[in-house]
Parts: sequence; C-alpha cells; structure tokens
Amino acid sequence: MTSFRKPKIQRKNEPLNDLGLARVDYEGAMSTLCAGCGHDSVTACLTKAFFELSIDPAKAVKVSGIGCSSKTTNYFLNDAHGANTVHGRMPSVATGAIAANSNLIYLGLSGDGDSLSIGLGQMAHAMRRNVNMLYMLENNGVYGLTKGQFSASADLGSLPKKGAPNEYPAIDPVALALSVGATFIGRSFSGDRKQLVPLIKAGLKHKGFALIDVISPCVSFNDHKGSTKSYAHTYEYYHQAVHADYVPPTDEIKASYDEGDVMPIELHDGGIIQLRKLDQNYDPRDRAAAFQKVMDSKATQEIVTGLLYIDETQPDMHEIQKMEDRPLNEIPYSELNPGAEKLKALQGAFR
Amino acid sequence: MSGPGVNDFAIKVATVNGTGSASANGLLMKTIFRMGVPVVGKNVFPSNIQGLPTWYEVRVSGEGHCGRSGDVHLMVAMNPKTYEEDLAELSPGGILLYDSTWPRPAFMDRSDITVLGVPFASMCNDAFSVARSRILMKNMAYVGAVAALLDLDLDVIKGLVDETFAAKAKLIDANMQAVYLGYDYAKDNFACPLGFRVEASNGTDGKVMIDGNTAAALGCVYAGATFGAWYPITPSTSLMDGFAKYCGQLRVDAETGKNKYCIIQAEDELAAAGLVIGAAWNGARAFTPTSGPGISLMSELIGFAYYTEVPVVLFDVQRTGPSTGMPTRTQQCDIQTCAYASHGDTRHILLFPADPGECFDMAVQAFDLAERFQTPVFVLSDIDIGMNDWMVDELTWDDVYQPDRGKVLSATELEKMDTFYRYLDVDGDHIPYRTLPGTHPKGAYFLRGSGHDKYGGYTEGGPEYQEVVDRLRAKWQSAAAKVPAPVCIRAAGKARQGIIAVGSSDGAVREARDRLEAEGVHLDYLRVRGFPFAANVEAFIMEHDEVFVVEQNRDAQLLGLLLTETNVQREKLTPVLHYSGAPLDYRFVFDALMNVIKVRRIA
Repeated sequence: MTSFRKPKIQRKNEPLNDLGLARVDYEGAMSTLCAGCGHDSVTACLTKAFFELSIDPAKAVKVSGIGCSSKTTNYFLNDAHGANTVHGRMPSVATGAIAANSNLIYLGLSGDGDSLSIGLGQMAHAMRRNVNMLYMLENNGVYGLTKGQFSASADLGSLPKKGAPNEYPAIDPVALALSVGATFIGRSFSGDRKQLVPLIKAGLKHKGFALIDVISPCVSFNDHKGSTKSYAHTYEYYHQAVHADYVPPTDEIKASYDEGDVMPIELHDGGIIQLRKLDQNYDPRDRAAAFQKVMDSKATQEIVTGLLYIDETQPDMHEIQKMEDRPLNEIPYSELNPGAEKLKALQGAFR
Repeated sequence: MSGPGVNDFAIKVATVNGTGSASANGLLMKTIFRMGVPVVGKNVFPSNIQGLPTWYEVRVSGEGHCGRSGDVHLMVAMNPKTYEEDLAELSPGGILLYDSTWPRPAFMDRSDITVLGVPFASMCNDAFSVARSRILMKNMAYVGAVAALLDLDLDVIKGLVDETFAAKAKLIDANMQAVYLGYDYAKDNFACPLGFRVEASNGTDGKVMIDGNTAAALGCVYAGATFGAWYPITPSTSLMDGFAKYCGQLRVDAETGKNKYCIIQAEDELAAAGLVIGAAWNGARAFTPTSGPGISLMSELIGFAYYTEVPVVLFDVQRTGPSTGMPTRTQQCDIQTCAYASHGDTRHILLFPADPGECFDMAVQAFDLAERFQTPVFVLSDIDIGMNDWMVDELTWDDVYQPDRGKVLSATELEKMDTFYRYLDVDGDHIPYRTLPGTHPKGAYFLRGSGHDKYGGYTEGGPEYQEVVDRLRAKWQSAAAKVPAPVCIRAAGKARQGIIAVGSSDGAVREARDRLEAEGVHLDYLRVRGFPFAANVEAFIMEHDEVFVVEQNRDAQLLGLLLTETNVQREKLTPVLHYSGAPLDYRFVFDALMNVIKVRRIA
C-alpha cells in the first residue's frame, strides 16, 4: 500500500482566487479514511478556507501527530510542507518550527487521543505560550486506528459499540483552552460547513493560538445509538452561540454594526472578524463568561458552537520572545558569529 | 607515587553546602592559577540546596596533569559531620586543618599526620556582627590560613576579591579582613609555608579556567545556533544558562532590541526534543542540553529525527544512573543508550569531548555533522567536564569558518528541477537533499515517521522500506571518516598492550600511562572521540595483544560497543571500570593496570 496522489484536473470556468489558483491547487493525496468519516469533511473545509483566503500553499505548513485525524495532513495542500510527527507531540514540533520562521501559516491537525491523552501536556503548553497557529482538534471520542477504545473526550455514560458505558468524565478541550491561555477558542461540527469554513478562516488570521474543537464523528466506531459523539446526537444537541466571519482588510466594510448583534474584532493584519451573536447576552471577549457558558451547556448536554472566546490583545510567543520579524533561518551567519577577537575578550573572565 | 612537593599536591576542602564555600574554593583555585601554576578543581556536591556535606578538591600540578591524583595532602575540614571520613582520606604525612573553636583531641589518633587548629568560628564571631556574614567569612578565613600555609600571593587574592565585589565595594574590606584573620593566625602559630607549597611559575600562560558547559554554550553561539530548548536538569542546566547569557550579550540587535535567537524552556524533555526537531526541520541550527533521564524521555522523538533525517544536536551531560541515580555525581553511563537511542534500528553519531576545550570545538562540529548527515548528533560530556573548572588552552576561533549547512536546496535550484524527492540518493553518497518550508512549491514534501519510500511517499512495501533504511545505515557508516579522529599516543618502546578510553577519563589515563612507562611498562593509548568508530580504532585493537578499555560505568559500555561495531576478538579487550560517581583518578587506573600486568607476567 502506498499513498495515492490525486491527479490535478483543471475544469473549465473554474473559479480562481486572488493568486490565480483553483480549488484543485489546494488538494492533496486521496484520503484513506472510512467513507463518511467526519475528518474528510473537515479536510474539505480546510481546503476551501485556504483557497478562499488565497493563501499560497507553499507558504503554509501542516503539522500533525498520530491518529486518523493526523493522517488528514496529507489529504490537502500538496504544495505545503507537512509533518506527521510522533503521537501527542505535534505541538512541540510545530512550536519549534514556528520559532524558526514565523512568517509562514501554521496549521496543526490533531485528534482527541493525540491532544487530550498522550499529548495533553504539550497542547496545554502551546496554548500557554500563545503560539501563532491554528490547531484543529478533530474530536470523535474514540480511538479509531486501534479499533474503538474510548478517548478522554468521551462523555460520561456514553456507550461504546460493545461493552460497558464510559465511566470517566470527559476532558473538554474548550474548557481546558479557556483555563490555560488560548486566545481564540472555537467549537464546531464537521457537518456544519457554513459555520466551520468561516471559523477556520478567522482562526488562520488570528495572531496567537487558535483552537477549533470540531466534533467529527467516527462512522466505524462511534456513530451508534447511545454515543454522544454520533452524527445524530450532535445534530440533536447542536447549538450555535456565536458565528464568526472573516473580512479581509481589502474589503470595504459596509455594514454598520448593530451593537449587540454583530461585533467586529479587528485583527493584526487589518482584517476583521465579524461576530454574529446568536445568544444576545453572550460576550465572547469575556473569558469568565465563556467558561460559564461552557459549564452551563454541560448540564443541558447542549453542544455550544461557534467562536466562543477571542482575545486579540495578547502577545504571541514571537512577541514574548522579543524576536526579530526576520526568520531565524534567514539570519546570515555573519550576524551570528561574534568573531575571534570577541572570543578572546570573553575569556578575560576565565583567568 | 605523587608529591607532595612544590607545585605538586592536592588539597581537599570539606564544607556544608549553602554556606558560600564554593566561591571561597574558586578563589583558592584561581589564585594558584594566576600565580602561573596549573591546577584542577573537582567539586563533589550533593543534590541539595543547603545543609549537606560538600567537598572541593584542588590538585596543584606543575606538570599539568588534569586528572585527580587520589591523594589528599591538605585537608581543610570545616564540616564536623564528616570529620571521620575526611581524617581517614588524608594521605600519610598529610596536614589536617580544622576549626579549633571546638577542639577535637580525637584527631590525634592518627600519628602519621599533622593537625593544625585555627579557631575560625570564634575569630569570625569576634570580628563580624551579622550572623550570615560570620558564616560566609569563615570561608574567607580558611582561604587566608591556606594562603599562609601554601605561600599564596596575597596580592593575587586581593585582586580577585576586588574583581568579585567590584559592584559592592564595602564587601572588599570585610572579605580581606577575614582573609587576614586566617592568614595572620597561621603565620603566628605554624611554621609557614609548608614543605609542599605554591611557587609562582609561568605554567598557565595561554590557558583559561573554564567549565565544559560554558565552553559548549560558547560553541553553540559560534556555530551559529539560533534555537535552543531544554527542560532544566542537573548537570546540563548551566549549558543553557551560558547560551542564554552569551546570546543576551551578543545576539540582541543594538538598535531594535530584538533577539536573533530563541530559547524555550520546555514542559519536559519530550517537548524539548520536539521543539528542536521542529526548529531544525525549518532550518534553524537547534540544540537541547540534557542528561541521561532526558535522553530516556526523548528517545521516541530521537528515532523520529533519525528516520525523517532532521539535523538536531543533543548534549548529554552524563550523570550517575540508573533512574534518578546520583544526579550530582559523574559517570559515562549513557554511551550505549545514545549510540542506539530509540526503538527500531537506530544508530547515531556521537562525539566524546575530553575537556572543556573539546566541548567548545565539538559543539561546532556537532552542528556541521548534524546538517551534513541530516541526523541527530550527540555530544557526550559528563558532570566532571561540564560542571568543573578545567585548565585548558585558551579557546580560539578561526573567522574563516563557515557553517556546513549540508544539502539544502534553494528556491533557484528548485525552480530548475523537474521534481524534487526528499529521500532520493541523487549523488550516490547516501545523503539526500532537503528543503525548508516556504522555499518553493516544488520543494514541498511530507515528513513522516511512518514507513516511507525513497520518494517520500508512505509505504508498507518491504523492498521500498528496506531501501531507505539501508541507505540510512550506509549514511551513518560514512560519518566514521568525518567524526573527530581518535587521538593516539604511542609508547616509547614497542607495546604489546594498549589502552582505549573516552572523554573525561583522558587525564587520569594519560597520567597512569606516563607513570607506568616510568616503571618500564609500555602501553599505547588511543582516545576515541567519535562514533561510528574511525577505521583506526579497529586497527589499534588488532595490532595489540591486549587492550585495556577504561571507562566510567559498570557495564563496560564502550567495550561492548567496540565488540559490536568492530571485528575484534572478545579476548583482546580487558575492562577497567570505575563507577563510584567520583571523577576518575590516575591511581585507580595505574593500580588496575599494574595488577593485571603483573598477573600476566607471572603467567
């Protein structure tokens, strides 16, 4: 078995983006996931978002860990560098890569096993450092590749395909992100392209750590009756709280905002995230309120979705580290070598 | 066998940690160094912040021996809790200097030594009013007494005190007052100087006193490393401290105040490894300093970097294992772990510095080798090298140096290519070309720790998989000619026996060999400096009837590696193993070799 590269078929009259590229230029290898897998929908949304934002695929970097979700790294953006790293260690590899060159667009792809069990520490620390990346957590509550064990995001009482119900409480990535310092926190559903694509765009444009927890059902091991991560369950309890749209800096902003309905959040690139609040009393700029909302929804089993929290004012890792804009990998050695004379002078202290 | 005599003796100072004795001992050693007499210092300290016994050994060696001697000629016993063992360790004819504020007649049990009591505590209590300074000044008082006994130059001491307290001038007088308390008391009460003492010389011209971690940190700076990540662990922490310090001085843009480097304190060693792999994949020279426990944790990612061919540099400042072991004691116990770190068929390039000078040079070489061979490179230092001050030749730098960044394709080169394949051996040297993210659409590839073929595609096909791992093995093997060559010292006469050692064993081994030669025992000596072994390592063993492999671990790890990686016969290799956690001393090596050699002669 090998990976299959899809042929690029350029259709007539196909829409092109600002770079003159078509959707097909944002695609990748054939997916080897199960038919109907939520992750494939997420891949399609990512492809669409990158295309619509006119991001040069060669200027994007995809990093993942291990698991079904991590495999999707290969299924889009063929012209981008990608790294399928080690289970649970994507955040550290991505952070190192971003430190070396922060001028590219970084996308992390992970799942609930990769992020909430083996990689919980690394994910938390990447959020704490406010690393400038979009982190997609494709969440299905189950280990697919090892055939159906519960993950740490499985809800208490959720039923497996066979055997006893889950007896441990779920780790909620959104609640975790709120507590450790992520500055853009969203939740969505692989079945809601209308919400997910704009949310991905906003996440890509956010400066700092953006987490999108995407409920992405596993058709093979967790889509049955009694599972709280099935398509049916997700549709039933799905609740849109805040819708986010990204408006690029070039677009003239025509609408006048009706306070309490649409809320503009200005981004570092001059673009704007327009938030349409579907819950009037909810302010996604208030971390404590967001936490309250997430906790309340737990009680009602409601899956609150949308951009649940955003803070554009926090410095990202690059800024905290007081690094130059120029990537580390572009600093010529002549600027890094202190020289022989300096070495002599430094050693005065060693005599 | 050794001393004591003028410029040839060993002092040991026994104190309690957290009392400020480290700076007093450093002062003693630097005074001798500045008087032009070669000196080595070994700090034996507990894994603790305050209150446990600590020792500092200063060996004065006009001949420039850099290992321990195993002798103690002057014991400065400042810790009543260790009096008994300190007394026992003193060599016959030695001098015991202790705080006679509380007299200890029991010391007189040993008739073969001289006991000198100085009432340090009561003198300091009379002279200083603050409790903390009474404790601190007691240290300076013993420096004064030792100065009188060994004929140290007070002007040199004063100069060092001036430098140390340049920012707090009022402390200069207090410290010098304490020095004179001890100095005057000794002069008034004992016959000063002793028979063994320091005589100014010019044996330290062109030398510096530096620890290996600081030297390695400087090496990273000069190599052009821009990214470092680590999780704090004894005894490697001071390497990153040094890198941060020098980057702060040398790598901050004067105008913008912006940094031309990035240092991340990771959440654990797994993250430290991931961080440097990410940065190195993206084209920054990246490294992580750690110790044995860190290597254990990093192992999975080390295998990832090996298989995906990402150039990273790891410094393993070895400490005594297994498990937590003795974190502040030295060993060479990670040789095999590092050689084959990670699951599956993995093998790595190792460099073995023997002193801080080589830590500096090999840090630079490590980055060049990592990028040339696109693989992790380990620099195996240890506590003895990393945390003790060694006298070495002044570090030098050739401004002609340019980093070897290896085979990295530029945008222009990629533009001219039809197709780029990451793992294709285009040049027949087993080393493929790599590209950095963002360079060019044609340069994109997928880095994967899963099975891949030479085109970089996922595979579960046997032949395709084997083709790549066979190339990796050949690539690693080809590094044998590029790692630092072994250092060979030939005996004056024809030698049928030889010695092989690595790293910090060098000083003790060379001295033992010299002394054995003086006794008519001829031994050739080869110091291994890199792995894979250079061809002449095997040749060296082949040309001798017997080779002693001296190393600082229980399981003869270097010997095992020699057996696995060369074609030599097991019978030729005799292990000489030292693994108490103390730095190796020449006497141990001398005795061990002499015993075997005597038996061989009888047989």
